[in-house]
Amino acid sequence: MFKIVEKQEIAPNVHELVIEARATARKARPGQFVILMADEKSERVPYTLSGWDAEAGTVTLVVIEVGQSTRKLISMKQGDSVAHLVGPLGIPLEIETYGTVALAAGCYGIGAILCIARALKAAQNRVISVVEARSHYLHYYHNKLQAVSDELIQTTMDGSEGIKGHTVDVIGRKLRDGEKLDRVIAVGCAFMMMLTARTTQPHGVKTLVALNPIMVDGTGMCGACRVSVGENTKFACVDGPFFDAHQVDWDELFARKAAYAVEETHSLETTEPHARFRV
Amino acid sequence: MAPEPRKKKTGAKVPRQKMPEQEPEDRARNFEEVPYGYTPELAITEACRCLECKESQCVEGCPVNIDIPGFIRLVQDGKFLEAAMKIKEQNALPAVCGRVCPQEEQCEKVCVLGVKHEPVAIGRLERFVADYERSSGAMTLPQLPPKTGKRVAVVGAGPAGLTVAGDLIRLGHDVTVFEALHEPGGVLMYGIPEFRLPKEIVQAEVDFLRQLGVEFVMDYVVGRNATVRELLEEDGYHAVFIGTGAGLPSFMGVPGENLIGVYSANEYLTRSNLMKAYLFPEFDTPPIRRWRVAVIGGGNVAMDSARMALRLGGDVTIVYRRAREQMPARGEEVHHAEEEGVKLLLLTAPVRVLSDENHRVRAMECIRMELGGPDSSGRRSPVPIEGSEFIMEVDTVVVAIGNKPNPLVPQTTPEIKVSKWGTIVAEEQTMQTSIPGVYAGGDIVSGAATVILAMGQAKIAARSIDHYLRTGRNPDPPPPKPERKPKRAAAKT
Repeated sequence: MFKIVEKQEIAPNVHELVIEARATARKARPGQFVILMADEKSERVPYTLSGWDAEAGTVTLVVIEVGQSTRKLISMKQGDSVAHLVGPLGIPLEIETYGTVALAAGCYGIGAILCIARALKAAQNRVISVVEARSHYLHYYHNKLQAVSDELIQTTMDGSEGIKGHTVDVIGRKLRDGEKLDRVIAVGCAFMMMLTARTTQPHGVKTLVALNPIMVDGTGMCGACRVSVGENTKFACVDGPFFDAHQVDWDELFARKAAYAVEETHSLETTEPHARFRV
Repeated sequence: MAPEPRKKKTGAKVPRQKMPEQEPEDRARNFEEVPYGYTPELAITEACRCLECKESQCVEGCPVNIDIPGFIRLVQDGKFLEAAMKIKEQNALPAVCGRVCPQEEQCEKVCVLGVKHEPVAIGRLERFVADYERSSGAMTLPQLPPKTGKRVAVVGAGPAGLTVAGDLIRLGHDVTVFEALHEPGGVLMYGIPEFRLPKEIVQAEVDFLRQLGVEFVMDYVVGRNATVRELLEEDGYHAVFIGTGAGLPSFMGVPGENLIGVYSANEYLTRSNLMKAYLFPEFDTPPIRRWRVAVIGGGNVAMDSARMALRLGGDVTIVYRRAREQMPARGEEVHHAEEEGVKLLLLTAPVRVLSDENHRVRAMECIRMELGGPDSSGRRSPVPIEGSEFIMEVDTVVVAIGNKPNPLVPQTTPEIKVSKWGTIVAEEQTMQTSIPGVYAGGDIVSGAATVILAMGQAKIAARSIDHYLRTGRNPDPPPPKPERKPKRAAAKT
């Protein structure tokens, strides 16, 4: 069992969980993920690591409640234990000195880029963190990100804070203005990552995305997470999560992520019998 | 009440006793085990057919060399618990092997009675004895020798790992089994369905090992949480056994293979077996409940997938590129599948999978095949018949054409020698890898084989590990086969 030692809602519906997982914490690297089961009947769901403390033996996850599995996890209290947590999984992000690296993130990805920004900065890169949310009150980790970034830019869809628009607008403007970006890394929802890929492609900037398709075991056994990258089929769990954004077949990824939309809604309905969701 | 003693050595005078089983139309709609197993009476009647040959071919035919005549004699006398103990001297997982071993290729194949008549139903007797012991609640723990103080790390809690653990704990060593998934059992849990191998049986066999003192660590990925090297140098293990299996599914490489509705058999079965998706929404993992299912392949995994699809309400067709005679699945499995209503489409291969507007499977284009000359495996190879393409309307395709070895341990243990197929190279007689103190067995060594062959290799590895722990070196020279069974070798010379 893996004890939740800290839990707080850091923005509406966005939760930060610190969980005891010594074997994971001692080996975690930026960009890796864990598979978690809230209880014995849960799905195996991948969550990207936002941080870890090898000494304390804990890992930190940022979780947004979207369906049955995340709901179960978020319903748990500080002091409760999740049934299973395995990781770190996936190939860590390569950290070298590239020059200027722009990190683009939204939703849970804002949490995920925290450790990436820290590692890149430690490797003498100039780190620009660009984070997006619908409105100002949905932003989180502002101070933490600022501490590990040379530049932090927040965007909101409604213009209530920072730049009105999306991360991709900021990245696009920088590139059009002739600012030299040596590398762009995007973590967040698939749509945001695809837009980032489209924006950087004409400028020939190497762009990596952390793909998060549906997984079952997370160790290469089932192939549920396969994605087309260039001419090849890759398993996101063991070959990823990072792939060359310009090679990813995005249409396929969108479709595969929605494979269980009907069942996921059905599952939620079992806990909220009065709700009827439209898919 | 002790059953009355029977006339022994009845041989062919008494027919091979059938195992009572669920009717096909009933069982095709439930997830319960298909056969009910022998009653004590049936078991004794069957056991009495044994001719008690002096040269027991059956023992030679068994990859783990169970004393088959020995346990059968005990069954004849109604001493079922003693019979179970007799089997467990050689085999830690009798209830599993009694169900999933291909006995017709092994012990029963060489049964003397089988030359002209039907062989003794050794597998059914093994299964009966193990079930009898489990349901009697009288599982006795064997006497364990004093602790040696040596610690062994076993990587993977599948059939090979469980066997090594069982053997080494009985030799006085401390054993920790590391498993990446959340339940021990490996393919016995995620791969083989409930209706063929009830999961409570696997759990009972694991519990038995726990009672013997084997420590199980779940949710631990060797290669990620610790490398093999670290297990030896930092975590204080004196030897390591790698039994990580063939966990990487092969796909066909045809267009449309990443459409929604195309699954590896691993995913299809894991969802249902390990994640209990057939109990959705009580369990959160959604099942794959589609209506027209094509299963590609002709092995046991294909049969398991097809029969699972049937139970999930599908109309199921197995598509296999060779003829029935070449199917690698056990005859019994094919028979059960057909009885339940699975259709076979032989000499047919998929060409591509076709999509609807939502990126979901709509149909599959296939081509007819004919058999040409023998290939490298000795089987006649299928050759496409030009212009014979046709469209099959399906909404689900399950690819069951095999698995490749799991790459995680080789990738993170660069000094270990691997073959060009990605399997770990281990010395046949000792199962030692290229690293001293590191042994391997099961599908990570042999590619993709059976549960019992994995267990056979595991037994060899356990013996070598024991030798290594006591002497500090690998058994050398490797013991030739007769040396392992001195009694029989003496009889032959």
